[in-house]
Amino acid sequence: MTLVKIDKKNWAEGLKAAADAYRLYGPVKGKDYHQFKALEKGETPEFDMVNTRLSPKALLFPQSEEMLEYSLDESREDHHIMKAVARDNTPRAVIGIRPCDAKSTLLVKLNFDTPEVKDPYWLGAYQNTTFIGMACDAPLSTCFCTTAGCGPYHEEGLDMLVMDRGDAYLAKILTDKGKAFADAAGWKAAADDQAAFESGKAAAEARMVSSIKTDNLADTDLLELHGAPFWDDIAFACLNCGTCTFSCPTCWCFDIQDEVHGKAGVRMKNWDSCMFPIFTVHTTGHNPRDTKTQRVRQRFMHKLKYFVDKYEAGIMCVGCGRCVRQCPVNIDIRRVSELMNSFKPADACAVQG
Amino acid sequence: MQNPYLPYPVRIDDITVEAEDKSLKTFTFVFLNEGDEEKFAYQAGQFAELSIPGKGEIPIGIASSPVEKGFVKFTVNRAGVVTTHLHNMKVGDIMGLRGPLGNCYPWEALEGKNVLIVGGGFAFTTLRSSIVYMLDPANRPKFGNIDVVYGARSPGMLLYKNELVEWEKRDDINMHITVDATSDPDWKYNVGFVPPITEQKAPPGGDDTYAIVCGPPIMIKFTQPVLEKLGYAHDHIIMSLENRMKCGFGMCGRCGIGKELVCKDGPVFTLDQINKTPREY
Amino acid sequence: MVGYTEKIKEIASRLLKECTVDMVIGFRKGTMPMMNEPCFATTPEAIDTLVWDSNCGINLANYLTNRKEKVAVIAKGCDSRNIVTHIIENKIKRDQVYIVGVPCTGMIDKRKITGMVAGEILGVSETENTIKVQTADAETLFDKAEVLQQNCALCIHRNPVIHDEMVADAVQEQTDVDRYADIRKIEEMDSEDKWRFFDDLLSPCIRCYACRNACPLCYCPTCFVDEAKPQWVGKGQDPVDVRTFHFLRAYHCAGRCTDCGACERACPVGINMRLLTRKLEKDCQEQFGWEAGLSLDQRPALDVYQANDPGAFIK
Repeated sequence: MTLVKIDKKNWAEGLKAAADAYRLYGPVKGKDYHQFKALEKGETPEFDMVNTRLSPKALLFPQSEEMLEYSLDESREDHHIMKAVARDNTPRAVIGIRPCDAKSTLLVKLNFDTPEVKDPYWLGAYQNTTFIGMACDAPLSTCFCTTAGCGPYHEEGLDMLVMDRGDAYLAKILTDKGKAFADAAGWKAAADDQAAFESGKAAAEARMVSSIKTDNLADTDLLELHGAPFWDDIAFACLNCGTCTFSCPTCWCFDIQDEVHGKAGVRMKNWDSCMFPIFTVHTTGHNPRDTKTQRVRQRFMHKLKYFVDKYEAGIMCVGCGRCVRQCPVNIDIRRVSELMNSFKPADACAVQG
Repeated sequence: MQNPYLPYPVRIDDITVEAEDKSLKTFTFVFLNEGDEEKFAYQAGQFAELSIPGKGEIPIGIASSPVEKGFVKFTVNRAGVVTTHLHNMKVGDIMGLRGPLGNCYPWEALEGKNVLIVGGGFAFTTLRSSIVYMLDPANRPKFGNIDVVYGARSPGMLLYKNELVEWEKRDDINMHITVDATSDPDWKYNVGFVPPITEQKAPPGGDDTYAIVCGPPIMIKFTQPVLEKLGYAHDHIIMSLENRMKCGFGMCGRCGIGKELVCKDGPVFTLDQINKTPREY
Repeated sequence: MVGYTEKIKEIASRLLKECTVDMVIGFRKGTMPMMNEPCFATTPEAIDTLVWDSNCGINLANYLTNRKEKVAVIAKGCDSRNIVTHIIENKIKRDQVYIVGVPCTGMIDKRKITGMVAGEILGVSETENTIKVQTADAETLFDKAEVLQQNCALCIHRNPVIHDEMVADAVQEQTDVDRYADIRKIEEMDSEDKWRFFDDLLSPCIRCYACRNACPLCYCPTCFVDEAKPQWVGKGQDPVDVRTFHFLRAYHCAGRCTDCGACERACPVGINMRLLTRKLEKDCQEQFGWEAGLSLDQRPALDVYQANDPGAFIK
């Protein structure tokens, strides 16, 4: 691990140099919020924000992604034979991802990169990407990363962590990929200011006001929690829209769809959501999660219980707070996790009794 | 990196209409590319995605048996967009096949044991695969008694009728074929729903006997208490679940029942395992 | 509207105690500034959480669809018009719903206010005519009128049109409101500009369907975008499919939309899809003299045929 000091006047220069070797992505302000996008030549990421409104998950898991292509033209020898769509596998770098979002890539990786099967689209994009993180010095009141397995200076999932020191950036190079990027950007001025990171981290963590408790989730019986009495109350307001799942950096569910234009067809992956009734409906019309309550329960149980039990890697949430901020009816995962974590099956019996 | 979304190209080699109402057809596929059949090595109980360019994919249990070579077979009920299209396809048409997917029946645990198979309707497909597998001369000695209770609405709705007749003649498998009702005066098998026929004909449960149950939800609902009564423990009752699926290998997220994914951790579960999940299937 | 909360609690408590209804649907205080959460109350504890202020923008008629029990609902002007529409469209029976009318002075625009202050908003409080916004460094006082949701600023039916009981005396209705200035601007564009305008308007859409799901009119068991047999619309991010969704949804709301603003309020990416529904509202008014949800006794414009219906559009 090395520390590098980047004079702010060398920042844009460095990115410009790196752009020769990398496709660069970063947060840019649109009409009224920031979003990750491919940076045009000379464009620099904009950090006058705490985080982007939607998570950067689309960089690895686009909302719509063509996977396979085929022709239905029977005069062609290869008609009806599916082929993988060619992809741009040249290196790219995401500049200014927040530590919470970087951590989320590791949780999502558990789904797409398994011992038995690997998703070549997600994993290909992941492997080609260098993650340059920007430490988060002013977390929002709805952020709870420090109690969701990461923090404003968390390093997991990052190749380089950059902090803002006013007139300069201080970068901590965490991996070989991070080193290669620093070299490409010409950021070489060694620094010896580890203490700055320590104090920056402590100050940022001290600013956190939200927290969640998750310590009892693993030991609570799955079926008891599933049958807990609070789900109807939590779910009542829910519109069953996809705002929470689509803005969540860790939600990975998708649909597979064929689309044909003329004789040319593609098979694509589209974001899907456990909030949508058709997500689970059988061809017969039977729907195992037919009610709003069942779907809301699925979302929170997946994040806070099933994932916990399945992977023993904590909760499927990094505390970015997007679902809290975006939910049109204010369903708040902090409140739900409190109910789930403090749930005692015996209480339920007492109430019923 | 192998692409798990990419199907093997296959050609429809044969189509057999199975049911009198034409809702069920058995499709035999051959692989277009040499070597793909070996890559598609499967075991009885697994499923695959039948993949029709332009229409989509549908997960279907593999009806052929690993001991049958040169082709794979699927019996498909016409229900949704993909299966309706498939029913209209012809011999010689090209499509895709993705798999094998999911787990299989627990063949290692079943070795040396008696096996009771209880099937209803068109869910008999992977059970056919299993029966053909167990009756293969190389495999038959590995199993104890084999009993099969198989029912359909009417004689004309029974799948694989020629094979049923052949199995009926053998003495190393006890067939208990039944129909809900029939007006055929020559019908020489059972009449009645699967659960009561199971109660009358099935061997008692025990450490050495497993039941594999596949059928419509209503059949499963009423068969379960019968098996319990017959002494089958929940970890000796094996079921194959269905849920809406897309990817088939545990990534797209929709088929979850608690932390288990029906496509990857299943579709085969013991009742004991199912009892530990929220029953969202 | 200051003071409504206590009155609502009082009414809810009485309705439940006297078994007039099985549940009361209202709002409880949210976990964030400018957010309240729709909730139901069946117990005294739950009644105690009920609130009313300028952050109750979600349309509670949305929670009445196909309900079996007898419910009381706290309804502002627009909600009451959607309840009328619900009753006309047989989504709930009149005698099944007890309408607690709220004379409304408008809901505040969370996104607008967020854009008007620097830094994160940590608290918002209100008086009858002012909104006080607190950040870590500053306190800013706004006239409520300047931070209303646009639909509330344009609202001409603030008082419930149907009710069983009122929370307070009627408020004065706004007059001299030009409801369609922005719509006329779009109407005046040439087709290329219109194309660009709508392209720009809808390009942020992520198809989360929050607009549709927040809308009390969108109660179809299977929405046309979700229909698989036949599949009308592609499910990806192709702009054609995205536009098809928004345009068709707007048409499905023609003559029914009350401009409650729930759709725009719910949108996570800030799309003003009300521009589409209000154009149709304007057409309905101009061509049929129809305003949605004002009376239980009249059939909606698109429900009836009259020989003198305007026909110029098909020429």
